[in-house]
Amino acid sequence: MQTKDLVIIGGGPAGMSAAISAYNEGIKDILIIEREESLGGILKQCIHNGFGLHKFGEQLTGPEYAERYSDEVEKLGIPYITETMVVDVSEDRVVTAVNKKDGYFQIKAGAIVLAMGCRERSRGALNIPGHRPAGIYTAGTAQKFVNIMGYMPGKSVVILGSGDIGLIMARRMTLEGAKVKAVCELMPYSGGLTRNIVQCLEDFDIPLMLSHTITDIHGKDRVEGVTVCKVDENRKPIEETAQYIECDTILLSCGLIPENELSKSAGVVLDRVTSGAVVDETRQTSIPGIFACGNVLHVHDLVDFVSDEAEIAGKGAAEFIKGNTKIGETVEILPTDGVRYTVPQKVTRGEGASLYFRVADVYKNVTVALYKGEELLAKKKRPKVAPGEMERFEIKPEYLENTDKLTIKLERN
Amino acid sequence: MKREIICTNCPMGCPLTVEYEDGKILSITGNTCKNGITFGTNEVLCPKRTITSIVKVTNRDMMLSVKSASELPKERIFEFMDIINKTSVTAPVKTGDVIVADIGGTGIDIVATKSIR
Repeated sequence: MQTKDLVIIGGGPAGMSAAISAYNEGIKDILIIEREESLGGILKQCIHNGFGLHKFGEQLTGPEYAERYSDEVEKLGIPYITETMVVDVSEDRVVTAVNKKDGYFQIKAGAIVLAMGCRERSRGALNIPGHRPAGIYTAGTAQKFVNIMGYMPGKSVVILGSGDIGLIMARRMTLEGAKVKAVCELMPYSGGLTRNIVQCLEDFDIPLMLSHTITDIHGKDRVEGVTVCKVDENRKPIEETAQYIECDTILLSCGLIPENELSKSAGVVLDRVTSGAVVDETRQTSIPGIFACGNVLHVHDLVDFVSDEAEIAGKGAAEFIKGNTKIGETVEILPTDGVRYTVPQKVTRGEGASLYFRVADVYKNVTVALYKGEELLAKKKRPKVAPGEMERFEIKPEYLENTDKLTIKLERN
Repeated sequence: MKREIICTNCPMGCPLTVEYEDGKILSITGNTCKNGITFGTNEVLCPKRTITSIVKVTNRDMMLSVKSASELPKERIFEFMDIINKTSVTAPVKTGDVIVADIGGTGIDIVATKSIR
């Protein structure tokens, strides 16, 4: 069996950034394994701009952001293989993969970085009733058709879900000549960034129907229309509000799910809220030597934060390979009162960490507070927080003394 | 005249009310910082956007992603899209290469956002 110091699964922004980071820490025997034809991941199809403001101080498009990293990978000579699918990862860090050229092969890795990204919630997972005609796509699939392959999936469109990809596709389809009739959002607020609501919907007078959902899909061979209903506060459709909207295409933008089949096969403990691994401040999972970063760990709204997180994971993996990993007790961070989750979920005593977290609802004028039991350790005022925008909080090493857990919560001002 | 817009300068998303007449701003309210004034003024008097799209690559089985090198007047977006849609390129192309020069007489180029060897 061949061996590698570090195997990185996934050649998107997380995988590339982790590889570069580990390389810069002195690990040269690396292999990035990518499923698609080239490095870049989902950024390849995200042709819109808005990437890189934090990382590079300028607005880049997805392909440009990806190219900055893939150019660096090439320049450093970090080995990667494409069109190769990892089918199994074991607890003792054996990676099993297949491709057309080498067939089935195994690599024993000194450390592994999981960077497989996420996938979209599909119609099956959403349980929308109605026929199964052609013309129903996830927003990301439509994005690949339009931006990579140059095909238009339809002419008149209803979008379910107001996640960022749905909003971006509303604008993209409109620019290419389609009529986007409505974006329906089950929740009373959008899951997308405000900038996208303004520039993708309002710029083109596309109605955003909050607290609305699709209750029926019409058409046998091709989508002919949808029934849309308002929902009550329990998110149950109100029948009397049903209206028919004619369309030939439905795009689904209803959330992203970290793609953790491989993590599960290795026995990595997952967080019920993030659907990603439970990690410490180095992004090490419950299995020593297996690290995770990017959208496979938790879904990010900005790729800049993915790159930051992957640098941490790459460095963590490098330290593990060099035998420098600090083994100490960890302190659990418990999210409550409006805080849905944190990453990392635990921090090694003696270390500090930037805690990333998401809130459960839209709140104005709140204080983020960190407690050790009843003792307030730190707080931060926020004028507005929303589930669509990731928040950050600094954990200092001294907070972790004499305790095995800290609590982070929101308090009204 | 009065317009209500959301400031997208930062995640706060302040709801601005902009009063204007004959191309002059009379008042902007609802902002919580001075960036809201700049945003509100530009957004009402001369709204601009970066355009991103794709063009055909004649000798490869793929599309080339492109963007406007800086922001273009919003109300002419579809005119610019027509020009972009009629454009095709031949590989190799490098990121930053000019694909459409001076689009619509704006002085702004449409440039490649990826490299194709």
